[in-house]
Amino acid sequence: MQNRPPKSWRDAVEHEINIPDQPILATDKVRYVGEALAVIVAESRYLAEDAAELIEVDLEPLPAVATVDMALATDAPKVHDDLKSNVVARLRIRKGDAAGILASGVRSIRHRFTNHRYLAMPIECRGVVSQYDSRSDSLTIWSSTQVVHWVRREVAVRLGLPESRVRCIAPDVGGGFGVKGHVYPEDVLIPYLARRLGRPVKWIEDRHEHLLNSTHARDDRHDVEVAFDDKGRILAIRDNFVKDSGAYTPVGIGAPSNTIAHLLGPYDIPHLEAAATVVVTNKTPNAPYRGSGRPEGVFVMERLMDLVARELGMDPVELRLRNMIPPERMPYSVGIPYRDGVPVVYDSGDFPAALHEAINALGGLEAIRAEQRAAWAEGRFLGLGVASFVEGTGAGPFEGATVRIDPSGEIFVATGACAQGQGHETIFAQVAADEWGVTPDQVTVSIADTGSIALGYGTIASRSAVNSSSAIRKASAVLRQKVFAIAGHLLECAIEDLELRDGRVSVKGVPTMSISLAEIAQAARPGWDHRRPPGMSGGLEVTEYFEPPTVTWAYATHAALVEIDRITGAPIIRKYVVVHDSGVLINPKLADGQVLGGVCQGIGGGLLEEVIYDQDGQLLTGSLMDYLVPTASDMPPIEVIHRETPSPLNELGVKGLGEGGAIAPPVAIANAVCDALRPAGYEIFATPIRRSEILKAIDKILG
Amino acid sequence: MKPAPFNYRAPDKLTEALDLLATYGSDAKVLAGGQSLVPAMNFRLNRFALLIDINRIRELEYIRIDGQVLRIGALTRHRDIEMSPLVREHAPLVAEAVRHVAHLPIRTRGTIGGSLSHADPAAESPAIVLALDGTLVLQSRTGARSVRATEFFQGMFSTALQPNELLVEIQLPVAQPGQRFAFEEVSRRRGDFAIVGVGAMVNLQHGRISQARFAACGVGTGPVRLRAAEQLLEQQVPTAALFARAAAAAAAAVDPQTDIHADAEYRRRLLAGLVERVGMRAAGLSEGAKRD
Ligand SMILES: Cc1cc2nc3c(=O)[nH]c(=O)nc-3n(C[C@H](O)[C@H](O)[C@H](O)COP(=O)(O)OP(=O)(O)OC[C@H]3O[C@@H](n4cnc5c(N)ncnc54)[C@H](O)[C@@H]3O)c2cc1C
Repeated sequence: MQNRPPKSWRDAVEHEINIPDQPILATDKVRYVGEALAVIVAESRYLAEDAAELIEVDLEPLPAVATVDMALATDAPKVHDDLKSNVVARLRIRKGDAAGILASGVRSIRHRFTNHRYLAMPIECRGVVSQYDSRSDSLTIWSSTQVVHWVRREVAVRLGLPESRVRCIAPDVGGGFGVKGHVYPEDVLIPYLARRLGRPVKWIEDRHEHLLNSTHARDDRHDVEVAFDDKGRILAIRDNFVKDSGAYTPVGIGAPSNTIAHLLGPYDIPHLEAAATVVVTNKTPNAPYRGSGRPEGVFVMERLMDLVARELGMDPVELRLRNMIPPERMPYSVGIPYRDGVPVVYDSGDFPAALHEAINALGGLEAIRAEQRAAWAEGRFLGLGVASFVEGTGAGPFEGATVRIDPSGEIFVATGACAQGQGHETIFAQVAADEWGVTPDQVTVSIADTGSIALGYGTIASRSAVNSSSAIRKASAVLRQKVFAIAGHLLECAIEDLELRDGRVSVKGVPTMSISLAEIAQAARPGWDHRRPPGMSGGLEVTEYFEPPTVTWAYATHAALVEIDRITGAPIIRKYVVVHDSGVLINPKLADGQVLGGVCQGIGGGLLEEVIYDQDGQLLTGSLMDYLVPTASDMPPIEVIHRETPSPLNELGVKGLGEGGAIAPPVAIANAVCDALRPAGYEIFATPIRRSEILKAIDKILG
Repeated sequence: MKPAPFNYRAPDKLTEALDLLATYGSDAKVLAGGQSLVPAMNFRLNRFALLIDINRIRELEYIRIDGQVLRIGALTRHRDIEMSPLVREHAPLVAEAVRHVAHLPIRTRGTIGGSLSHADPAAESPAIVLALDGTLVLQSRTGARSVRATEFFQGMFSTALQPNELLVEIQLPVAQPGQRFAFEEVSRRRGDFAIVGVGAMVNLQHGRISQARFAACGVGTGPVRLRAAEQLLEQQVPTAALFARAAAAAAAAVDPQTDIHADAEYRRRLLAGLVERVGMRAAGLSEGAKRD
C-alpha cells in the first residue's frame, strides 16, 4: 500500500497491475525455496533449529516455474492459482512514434539484453525484536528496516491495533541498500508472537536465510530495437522487457517503471516505446536494490550506444556527445511521466561536460586511443568503457521533521528517515545547525523511531537528503518566526531588526543586544511567569512535512580503463572514474563514501555476484562460498569528481546520491571489455561479464 | 545455521585422541582448525556423536628437518608454514603455495593436516604434497603407517584415512640443488579456493630438464599429477615452445568438473595457461606474471 502509484501516474501510463499479497507464512502452497511455512520459538537458536528438524512437512512437488520463459509458456503452471496467468503487471509508455520510425526504412539494429539476478548483501543481515506490554496492550518493535512508519502501519493493520500502540525503531542496523526497504513477513510475525506469548521475541536472520529469503534484485530481459541516422543521431527506441519478480512483488512496479523512466538517459531521443511485463516465478521475491531498475535500463542504453557507434565506425564517446542534451536546453522535458505521475523534466546540469571531464581524468581520448593501439600491437587488450546516465532522486511523496528547542537551548530534530550508515545524523545536524546559527554538536537528531515523529516515509530512493533536509529547513523557518517574535518581545524591538548568530538572536548591528536560544526557550515555556507575547501558545516545537514537487535529476558519467588478463580472461580495471552531479553537497566526505560504496557494489554486480537457480527453482548460491561479494582487494583505483549544479526544486539545491554509484559499473566495464576486444568483434549482451567468454574472444584474435 | 547436538572432548595427548577414535570410529569427528568442518556442521551436513578437538595436542604442531626429510606435524597452521624459514628454504613450493590458501584469519586457524584430510579438489596443499611426492603418516591406537600422497588421495573429499586413524605427520623431501619451483593459481577473488592452481618442480641439469613434477588442483575429483606434461618435458631443453606443448598435453589429459564458478572448458584452458606460466618460471625462462 505504501507503493501504489498515484492517480496522475495511473492516468498517464497504460497499465494492468494484479500484484498478489505475500502471506506471512505459506499455507496451501509454497512458492519459492526459503519461503517460511512454520515458525518455532525457543530459548535459543540452537534449540529452535533442532526443533525445526522435527517438523514433518507433507509437501507435494509441483512443476517449477524457474524462468520467465517457463512462466510465459502457454501451458505454464500458475504460481498464484487465483491469477489469470503469471503476468502480474504490464506497463507501456510511449512518446512520439517509435514503431513508425522503425518501420520507415531508416538504419536500425535489434538486440536482446539480459540483466542477471544479484542482490544487496549488507554485511548485517535482517533482524526483528519485539516486546509486548500487556498493561497498555502495546508493542515495541526494533527492526532492521529502512521504513519504520510502514512497518508500524502494517503491524497495526494486521494485528488490529491502533497505530499509537505500535512503536517501531530501527537502531543502527548496518547496511540497507533497498533490501530492508519494505515490510517483510517477519516484521509482522515477530510482534505477533511477542504479543501472543507475552514475552520478548527475537529473530536475527543468518546469512543462509538472507540469501534464500531477503529480496533479490535486477533480473530482466530486454528485446530492443534502435533506429539511427548516418550522423549517429538516435531516432527511436523500442524496448520490450520482461522482469522476473520471483514469487511475490513486495515493492510493486517500482523497479520496472524506473527502468522505463531512465532508459533514455542524458540523450535527446525523440521517439520511445517501452513496455514492461512483470512475471512471477518460483524464486525469491525481487525488490529494489541500490539503483532499482536504473542499472538495468542503463545497461541496455549504454550498450546500445557502443553498438550503434560500432555500426557507424564512430568513437562511442563522439556518438554520445552527438546525442546528449546540451546545457542550454535545461530544464529539458523528456515527454514521459515519472513514477510520481509528474512529467519527467531534467532540472539542471551539463551532461556533455561530465563526459568530457571523465575522459580527461583518464588522460584524454586521443592518448587513450594511442595507448590502446600500442597495446594491441603488443598482443595486449586495453579498452575504454563509458556510461552516462541520469537519475531521478529524492522521490516523494513526503518526509517530515519536528524541530524543537528545549530550555537548555539544544536543538532537537526528529525525522522519518532511517539511517543505514549514510551519515544522516551528521548531515541533518549540519542542516539544522545552518538554520539556527549553531554548531552541529548542538543539535540532537532522532531518526528511525515512530515515537519521535508521527508520520514518515523512510529511507529509500535516494530521498533522505532531499526530503528530510528540506523538511528540517521548512520546520525551522516556521519555528524561527515564533523564536523571533519572543525575542522581539523580550528585546523590545521589531522582528525585522533581528538576526540569528552563534546560537543567539540579536539586534542587527547591535550585537550587545542579544538573547540566547536557551533564554528564548525558557521564556516560551508554558506555565506561570512565562514571557511570551500575549496570545502566543507555549513551547518551541514545530512539525512540518516537505512534499517535493517531483524528483530532482542527478546525472553522472562513469569511465573505466580495462585491460584483459590473457591467461584468465579477467578484466583488470586499471582506473575507474566517476564524474557525478548531485547538486549541492551537504557533506563532501559522506558524498564520496556514497559514490564509492555504490561503485564497489556495481563492480561486484558486473563481475562477481550472481544468484543462480537450477531448472527446478533450487537456489545454487546459498552461501558466500558460492555467491561472491567483492572485497577490498577486488577494487581498482577509483577517482570521484563532483560537479555541483544546484537543483531548483528545493531550497537547499540538493539532489539524491545514495544509489548513483551502483548504476553504471556493470555497463561501463562491459563497454571497456568489448572495446578492448574490438579486434574480435566481441560484444556483451548479458551480465555478469564472464571470463570464460572473454577468453574465447581472445582465442579468436590470437587464432 | 547452528550445528546438530554433539558431545565434545578435547584431549591434550595424542594417545587419548587415538583411544577415543578407536572407541567411536565413524561416530566421531576430528576438529582441527575447523575452517572446513564447522561450516559443514552449521549447515547440518555433518552429524556425529562425538567431536574430538585435537587443538590441545601440541605434540602435533611442529616443523623440523630430519636429514633429507622435512617433517610437518598435522596440526601445524597454514600461517606457521607460511612464516617458517625452514619451509622457505627446504620446501619453497609449499611456502609459495600456502600464501594462496584463503585469508590470513583462516590461515591462522586452518591446519595442513585438516586440509589434506579434507581433500577438497580445489585446495592447494593436496596438489603440492602430490607434486613433491610427499608421504603422510597415519596413526591409530594399534600403530602408524606411511602412505604416499599418490595413494592417499582417493577422489572427491576422500582419502586413505580409516575412521580410527589420525593424520599425524606430513613428510616432504627437501629441495635439491638444481630443483626449481613455481606455483600459480587463478581464483575469482583473492583468497578464494582456486578455480585452477598448478605447482611445479623442474630439475635442471646441464641445461636439460632431468625431472619434472607438475600437479594441479581444481581440474579433477582430487589433486591431479600432470604426467603427460612431465613426460613431454623430461630430458628436453626448456623452451617456450616446449612448455606450450606440455601445457596442451596437460589440458588434454584432464577431465575437469563444471560448477557455478567455471565450466570444464574454462578450467582446461586455465590449466594450459598456468602450466605454461609456471613451467616457464620454474625453468627460469620468465619471471611470469607474478601479480600479488
Ligand atoms: C572462507 C574460506 C576460504 C578458504 N579458502 C581456502 C583456499 O583457498 N584453499 C584451501 O586449501 N583451503 C581453503 N579453505 C579451507 C581452509 O584452508 C581449511 O583450513 C582447511 O581446508 C581444513 O583445515 P582445518 O584445520 O580447518 O580442518 P577442519 O575444518 O578442522 O577439518 C577438516 C576435515 O578434516 C578432518 N581432519 C582434520 N584434521 C585431521 C587429522 N589430523 N586427521 C584426520 N582427519 C582430520 C576433520 O575431521 C574434517 O573432516 C578456506 C576456508 C574458508 C572458511
